[in-house]
Amino acid sequence: MSDFFSTLLDELPQVGAGLWVTVQATVLGSLLALLLSFTLGLAAGSGLLLVRGVSRTVVEFFRGTSLYIQLFWLYYAMPQLTGYELTPLLCGVVAFGLNYGAYGSEIVRGAINSVPRAQYEAAVALNMTPLHRMRKVILPQAWVQMIPPFTNLLIQLLKCTPLLWLISAADFMTTIEHIRSLTGETLTAYLLLLAVYFVLAYTLTLLMNLLERSAKRRLGLHTGGRSLLRTRTAEAVTTTGGTR
Amino acid sequence: MNQTFDWDAAGDALPLLLEGFRVTLLATVLGTLVAAVLGLAIAVAGRAPSRFVTVPVKAVMEFVRATPLLVQLVGAAALFTSVEPLTIGIVVLGIHYATYTSEVYRAGIDGVPKGQWEACRALSMSPRRTWQAVILPQAVRNVLPALGNYAISMFKETPFLAVITVHEMVFEARSYGADHFAYTEAFTLAGLVFLVASYPTSLLMRKLEKRLGH
Repeated sequence: MSDFFSTLLDELPQVGAGLWVTVQATVLGSLLALLLSFTLGLAAGSGLLLVRGVSRTVVEFFRGTSLYIQLFWLYYAMPQLTGYELTPLLCGVVAFGLNYGAYGSEIVRGAINSVPRAQYEAAVALNMTPLHRMRKVILPQAWVQMIPPFTNLLIQLLKCTPLLWLISAADFMTTIEHIRSLTGETLTAYLLLLAVYFVLAYTLTLLMNLLERSAKRRLGLHTGGRSLLRTRTAEAVTTTGGTR
Repeated sequence: MNQTFDWDAAGDALPLLLEGFRVTLLATVLGTLVAAVLGLAIAVAGRAPSRFVTVPVKAVMEFVRATPLLVQLVGAAALFTSVEPLTIGIVVLGIHYATYTSEVYRAGIDGVPKGQWEACRALSMSPRRTWQAVILPQAVRNVLPALGNYAISMFKETPFLAVITVHEMVFEARSYGADHFAYTEAFTLAGLVFLVASYPTSLLMRKLEKRLGH
């Protein structure tokens, strides 16, 4: 045990760098996922059949093929086919973003559909332009609905980042694996890994709770301080669509 | 270096991939069974009258849920080296998903009207008989579509098993790709097989869910 932690101390700079790679992959991946969620989710509500169709096809494609395969396809197959090669971290960011963006688009679609119909009608009656209506009336209300499922999705994304280890990005899992192989302390190494991922997940939950509170406040809904510490750990992303 | 899709290699790889697919399906089915049974046990334990039972159960559940499946798999495989990788995979997948299915059961159990519990009390049924004869038959029927959705999610996470050398489809794709330098063909086909298998199933589940009025 002490052997493990003394090696850990010796390798501290690498461990820190690994943790940073994991955090980067999570943050950049979720930003891409968020961007795609809104693009695809809003497109799914479009009046044009073509736009709707493209959105559905993309979503079903990325949800239907496994994330694991998408990541490996980007890493192994794309350089062979196109000649472009992404760095391992970028592969991860793109794969996580595409996959979770597809799941996220269902969240956006569901939340927009759950805004009461009368709100649309009132905005139309006030002669608001579609853009104005979306920005000022529909999205602020839908956004509050989106935050809890987005929290789930974020934690799911974080939980997939150890996959980076397999495509030799020097993430947190890689560095701890390295220390494990140096010291042979299997149990300590994996317990530490699990504990750190748990802390990261809980931190994400707390941040999202804060975000939810501020979004609710903007709608005039106030929540107490207790709800900020609540855990809302990941629910598995399910396949069927609609409001979740 | 640009290279085009090699159809011969794809035709070559397909039988191997389909053989791996059998293991993928086996892992999904058995893993779902473990998750379905264990999830029910967690849900019932979560309703135990004593806090000494409910608090640890909830803590372990939150921990398992918030930590990566991959680390759990690799860790279990490294600790129990004498157990067969497929068994480890099924058990770990099952436990991981049980923490989700238990929520599904919980909702199903909460959905049983309170009067049913009271009636059982009035008839002085034992707790065991209350669960067996009254509560569970009503709860389980409503949770089947949600369990099906988790089975599909699990199906898409079975590639993780390749990491602990379970010879499922992605393992076969990777070894074929490495042997013949044909990653493109192997991974593209594996992805298509996943799409072909999971999309119709998810459509079916959606229909079933609508039918049961969810």
